[in-house]
Amino acid sequence: MASIELTNITKIYRDAKRKRDLLAIDDVSLSVAQNEFLCLLGSSGCGKSTLLNMIAGFETPTGGSVTVGGRPVDGPGADRGMVFQQANLMPWLPVWENVAFHLRLKGWRKADRRAAAQEYIDMVGLQGFENHFPAELSGGMSQRVGIARALLLNPQVILMDEPFAALDAQTKMDMQEELVAIWQKQRCTIVFVTHSVDEALVLGTQVAVLTSRPGRVRELIGLDLPRPRDITSPRFNDHKRHILNLIREEGLQQRAVAAA
Amino acid sequence: MTALSKSWERAVVPLFILVAWEIVSRSGLFPAALLPAPSAVLHSWGDWVFGYDETTQANSGRWLADALSSATRVAAGYAIAAASAVLLGIAIGWWRWVERTIEPTIQMLRPVPPVSWIPLAIIWFGIANKPAIFLVFLGAFFPILMNTIHGVKTADRNLIRAASMMGATEQQLLRHVVFPAALPSIFAGLRIGIGAAWMLTVTAEMVAVKSGLGYVLWDSYYFLRYDLVLAAMASIGLLGFATDGLIKLLMSAALHWQRASTLQSREG
Repeated sequence: MASIELTNITKIYRDAKRKRDLLAIDDVSLSVAQNEFLCLLGSSGCGKSTLLNMIAGFETPTGGSVTVGGRPVDGPGADRGMVFQQANLMPWLPVWENVAFHLRLKGWRKADRRAAAQEYIDMVGLQGFENHFPAELSGGMSQRVGIARALLLNPQVILMDEPFAALDAQTKMDMQEELVAIWQKQRCTIVFVTHSVDEALVLGTQVAVLTSRPGRVRELIGLDLPRPRDITSPRFNDHKRHILNLIREEGLQQRAVAAA
Repeated sequence: MTALSKSWERAVVPLFILVAWEIVSRSGLFPAALLPAPSAVLHSWGDWVFGYDETTQANSGRWLADALSSATRVAAGYAIAAASAVLLGIAIGWWRWVERTIEPTIQMLRPVPPVSWIPLAIIWFGIANKPAIFLVFLGAFFPILMNTIHGVKTADRNLIRAASMMGATEQQLLRHVVFPAALPSIFAGLRIGIGAAWMLTVTAEMVAVKSGLGYVLWDSYYFLRYDLVLAAMASIGLLGFATDGLIKLLMSAALHWQRASTLQSREG
């Protein structure tokens, strides 16, 4: 049974000022099975975040349908955890309260929330920072809190919108490794939006290469590289070369269309 | 910098004013009755508070009662204003339809000076606490309301997204995200509001009430007791300062999470 099903998604934005319609996403169909790690790879403006937001329930497609676990998505909800580009932590709550925010909403008692948060704080390696406030954390630490917060929902599906884009190279590599470890342990389905070919190849079991304006799936590539992935191995580089070629072709076509 | 030299810094300006004032009024440049020296004001103030030699006649020893009746009016009007302005402000900031239906009316009432309500307040509520409380409410309500609306409208949309992703209902969003996000702005309104509250309680007491610091101030003016007028002014200033300090204390307790990310963190 497929965990996430996108069927013939189109998205048209109405440009009110110029009185014309903009086709942002054109007939995208993707199906993500349970425990898959799908990376949506594309340049900015290709609609990859829009697709993710549709799965999250923040946006609705103009045409087509989105189902998660067989049920159509009709709004945001705790069955899907989301990690944003910015960590989006409540600045007035300490780390552990941010991690356990969902339980606060469910009306759990403080001691229970505190205990439940600890497991996930440990999982993302933030021991000792439980009582820090977001303003006192570095970018990488904030993202860890965001990930812990999403994991505590214990969701079937985790949606990630370029969560490591703002981090330095070293921190990014560490976080990618940890994310893979967490994914292997939790056995959840992850949809991960990125514009980095390397990141997609390090993380994904599948990479969907998207074209831009309008967004289409150019190619869906299955990856069976062994983990931890060696970014210097020949097979890794074969995939990388193949994807870079797709992107280059796409760029040439775009420029040809623009010139015509 | 040591704590001692810091408190010395705070005292420099008030001390300079007091000394200059004492010198000017003792110099005989003005009649002593028109500009009583600080020492004379302090003497009368002392009698007003402790009643040691009845230089203030009927007011001797009645300060605490006067201050309390003013403070009670401020507290009552301010509490009503704070509660209603925060609730209404959140509603206006959050729901478009509330904004559309209520805001124009509010914006028309806002420029009307609270003082101009005094005639109506007296007809409606008579001569007692109620018109004063009503005026305090009017003065404090609008700054708190405006700041609450601003705070709600500038709340980070991404935090609301994050919370709804964790299954928050609309009511939970308001309580757990929008309200705390608006709190810094709400406190700015509360601090402006407390100043307005003291101004209006004193104004009301001059016209519509027969007790409190404002009443003593206006009554002393009729009896040419400028020493008491000044003592009343100083009392109001001090009480206003104290209540603002109280709100600041409350604010730094409620907003302690801001400390690491704002200019306040420079202070020790």
